[in-house]
Amino acid sequence: MTVSGLPSIVRDVLDLPPEASTFAYKIDTLHFAIIATTMVGSTSIFLVAVYFTLRYRRRSNVQLTEHIVTGLPLELLFIFGTLGLFLVWWAIGYHQYVDLEVPPKDALLVYVQAKQWMWKFTYPDGRSTNDVLVVPAGKNVRLVMGSRDVIHSFFVPAFRVKQDVVPGRYVTTWFHSDSPGTYPILCAELCGVDHSVMRGSVVVLGGEDYDAWLGQNVVGTGSTPLAGIGREAAVKHACVACHTWNGQRHIGPTWSHLYDSKVSLEGGKTVIADEEYLTRSMMEPGADIVATFPNVMPASYRYTLSQPDVAAIVEFIRSLENAPETQDAPLPAVEVREVADAGLPLGPPPGPHLPVPPAGRPDQEQQ
Amino acid sequence: MRDLALPAGHFEDLAQQRHAAKLGIGVFLASEALLFAGLFALFAAYQTEYPDAFHEGVLHNTKVLGSVNTGILLLSSTLVALSVHAARLARRRNAAVLLALTIALGLTFLTIKLVEYGTHFREGIFPGGAGSFFTDHADAGLPLFWTLYYVVTGLHAVHVTVGLTVLGFMLAGVLRGSIAPPVTYKLEIGALYWHLVDVIWIFVWPLFYLA
Amino acid sequence: MTTAPIAMEPSFVRSERTVASWLLTTDHKRIAVLYFVSVTFFLFLGGLFAMLIRIEHFAPGPTIVDAMTYNRLFTMHGVTMVWLFMIPSIPAVFGNFLLPIMLGAKDVAFPRLNLLSFYIYLLGAIVVMAALFMGSADTGWTFYQPYSAHSPSAVLPTVLGIFILGWSTILTGINFIVTMHTMRAAGLGWMRVPLFAWTMYGVSIIQVLATPVLGLSLSVVFLDRAFDWGLFDPSRGGDPVLYQHLFWFYSHPAVYIMILPAMGVISEVIPTFSRKNPASYKAIVYSTIGIAFVGFLTWGHHMFVSGMSIFDAGAFGILSMMVAIFSAIKTYTWVGTLYRGAILVSTPLVYAFEFLFLFVFGGMTGVAVATMSLDVHWTDTYFVVAHFHFIMVGGTLTAFLAALHYWFPKVTGRMYSEKWGLPAATLVFLGFFGTFFPQFLLGNAGMPRRYYQYPAQYQVLNVVSTVGAFALALGMIITFIYLTEALVRGPRAGNNPWGSRGFEWRTTSPPPTHNFTAEPDFKIGAYDYTVALPGELEEHREAGHA
Repeated sequence: MTVSGLPSIVRDVLDLPPEASTFAYKIDTLHFAIIATTMVGSTSIFLVAVYFTLRYRRRSNVQLTEHIVTGLPLELLFIFGTLGLFLVWWAIGYHQYVDLEVPPKDALLVYVQAKQWMWKFTYPDGRSTNDVLVVPAGKNVRLVMGSRDVIHSFFVPAFRVKQDVVPGRYVTTWFHSDSPGTYPILCAELCGVDHSVMRGSVVVLGGEDYDAWLGQNVVGTGSTPLAGIGREAAVKHACVACHTWNGQRHIGPTWSHLYDSKVSLEGGKTVIADEEYLTRSMMEPGADIVATFPNVMPASYRYTLSQPDVAAIVEFIRSLENAPETQDAPLPAVEVREVADAGLPLGPPPGPHLPVPPAGRPDQEQQ
Repeated sequence: MRDLALPAGHFEDLAQQRHAAKLGIGVFLASEALLFAGLFALFAAYQTEYPDAFHEGVLHNTKVLGSVNTGILLLSSTLVALSVHAARLARRRNAAVLLALTIALGLTFLTIKLVEYGTHFREGIFPGGAGSFFTDHADAGLPLFWTLYYVVTGLHAVHVTVGLTVLGFMLAGVLRGSIAPPVTYKLEIGALYWHLVDVIWIFVWPLFYLA
Repeated sequence: MTTAPIAMEPSFVRSERTVASWLLTTDHKRIAVLYFVSVTFFLFLGGLFAMLIRIEHFAPGPTIVDAMTYNRLFTMHGVTMVWLFMIPSIPAVFGNFLLPIMLGAKDVAFPRLNLLSFYIYLLGAIVVMAALFMGSADTGWTFYQPYSAHSPSAVLPTVLGIFILGWSTILTGINFIVTMHTMRAAGLGWMRVPLFAWTMYGVSIIQVLATPVLGLSLSVVFLDRAFDWGLFDPSRGGDPVLYQHLFWFYSHPAVYIMILPAMGVISEVIPTFSRKNPASYKAIVYSTIGIAFVGFLTWGHHMFVSGMSIFDAGAFGILSMMVAIFSAIKTYTWVGTLYRGAILVSTPLVYAFEFLFLFVFGGMTGVAVATMSLDVHWTDTYFVVAHFHFIMVGGTLTAFLAALHYWFPKVTGRMYSEKWGLPAATLVFLGFFGTFFPQFLLGNAGMPRRYYQYPAQYQVLNVVSTVGAFALALGMIITFIYLTEALVRGPRAGNNPWGSRGFEWRTTSPPPTHNFTAEPDFKIGAYDYTVALPGELEEHREAGHA
């Protein structure tokens, strides 16, 4: 357990979960301060009211009273004193919120797919697990999450971490746990009939245990590193037709030195090529066109690329951050042609757009 | 014929009744403004997300018909204002004719709107991104532009229809003589609603038709 | 005069006796009674749904219903309570009854519109009930996209019903605003108007400006669902979070619609029972207007984990802190009013004190959830559920009960039994606290809301909460029983049993159809206890007091 924690008696009275992440202590302390003030404040106000009631009991039903109006100085004192207190809390909370929302650079990446009604985790080494997230203690862990259907929310009470997972975009959350153990994951956004059983666990393993788990032969896509899978996917899905890996400019931007670089978009905006940007570029190519490049990337990848493939390709691009890769074959000649001729189904497929599982039965895994 | 100058039982006098009616319609128009403001906010949010697609959508819209409709509404607002003026001066026939012309213009607006919709349908542009147009043009924001177009202009057309109904009742009142001095404020209220319908269109037109 | 001479007119109750004269009335007082019957029915219906939820939660696993039914139950509980009870309750019942009287007017500005508002409410209620019989929606009262576009439940009739109800709210709001501006008695300036009337004005501003956006949000849900227009469908470029912005832009001001009238009640009860002017009339007025406007700027605090930018979240956080200050100002003023008053403890004041404690407690937990980092842990858990129930039940329902007891003699001409009032109020308080305080702890412990099944470690607190709910239900039932008995057999109350300076107490109990038999005399202010009312001292002596 973390050394600097709230006294356990306080945690028990407040019914707080174990403080299993580096966020928890600071959040719990602020929590305690505010709740204590709340209880003391409301009780005091009530007791003052009771005191006045006893002290100024009515003597007769026609009793007259003085006309008393609070003076402005006292009013201002109460108003700005209270506001000052609230703003101090806001400031501390804001500072902590920034910490919660901005992941550090050096973090272990795990991809999370939320769907009715399960969690799927894909790790850097290529394996994936359902409902159980295994992470090492003592390291920053960053989750990039997407939803296949409706809004879900990834909630680990023991870490004080929660992030809505919204379909159509990729969101990030992170944590750092120094406390080996198993901690529940709960879905925290109503997502259908089995919302309350869309649960999982985070298993935080200490050094040796984690190494042992890494060495295990886990059922999944084998032991090829995720980046390698991404490279194969890039070839299979013809990304290489337009994107080089060795820094050479072709139809689309090169992937060499792309990850985490500043990209200038058409229309003047500049963005960082992070996981969310790269994922979006595959799912909605027309959304962020890089300046001086044509808008010819097919939109069909949204339907032909599975999420594990997306994650793998992102990981591959990431591996090219600091060094280009030589390409074995010469660049294929590609006709830049109207997207409509590509022969792939374009635009939204007809009919309902989201998989609607029958009520009462969790969706089957689709690949 | 009932004495027009007699206020309803709960009012002290006619001046109070008139004041209440005009304030009432003003507050109601504020709520209508918020309704469309919400839609414009939705439009603004999506336009920021898909500027190119929205630009393309505007270019593809029926600009001529839309602009003619703008002129029609502006003219109709002028006519209804003149109708109020005539009613105040007890010129019953003029007021009625101007009102009737306003209504005719409003009906023309709706007709042209239907023609526009027909044009869009023939091109395969349906709400919700349905239709062949969207299979030919795969821009991500285009379905949103056109769905918003149908929602906003559709909701506006509903308000035009309500406005025409209100003006119809006004016309009947003017002809019957129950809307005449000193209660011409009743016509003003109807005219104010019509002006709102016009003002909303003044915002709709540049957003959806002007590049 | 505190006791009127034999009234020249019959009271509004006796003036006409046919059913038609009630159902087609344009008298604001009768319309208030019609609303009262309806909202009370829906209070108990919503309460029934709540009891089923609590019974289900007696055990962690499936207990009395299945998962789908449970999701529909909490959805209908929310829809019924928010739109069929909370929003109309105090304004449509007490606002309708009292606003014209407090302004010295004969009726609201638009009496026929008032009746139309009631029937639109009834129509909306019927459509929502029809939705209930069709199984009702299972999306929560928030109808988040994209789930609500695809959920296999009766979303369409539910949103249609709520849409219709919204119209009733808007029309009532217009009526009240115009009444405030144009129907005040001669010589009654804005800063002499009773504070309850000010809150009716403030709540009407919010209703008129916010409800159209609700209509828009629900219309979009309707279109997306009925015709698959996909405005928030990610596969067509839509953004589900944008729906949340649109929905909460209305729904945050909606909570101020629900609390502002309650604050108005407290602002009347405390001065009357302490025979004292409010510690600062202006502070109450300005904070009312402040809530009405700043309340529109804080909606993002419902969305801190939805993925919005840190800057936006920070802005919403600060604004939320600021809006809380207005409530703090009122609380200080209410307590300050007691200082050097002449205080009589009776049921309305007991409820007002319960309000003071529970509203402050709930309000400060609101400041707590507005603290962004803490909300990451608390949002979508039972902590938030406890927070808003402290405000809505501990605040609004408590004030509704205070209002019911305070104005009971004015509306009915009879007095309820104090012997029952105090114990029932105590039971309501204990039941309420037992139900909802454990839920703060459940939220701390990490139990999410809208959870049909929950991890076994949360059971003890859930059981306590369920027991509390039964006590609360019992307290409510007892209250309505003795009030009904008082309605039929209670002793006659005079025009002003509380000795209040409030303007409504200067006419008979119940008032005549046109509210005052003679020109109302408002020379002595609504909170002026520095002088006796004409006839007050004589009456007091005649009644045998020194």
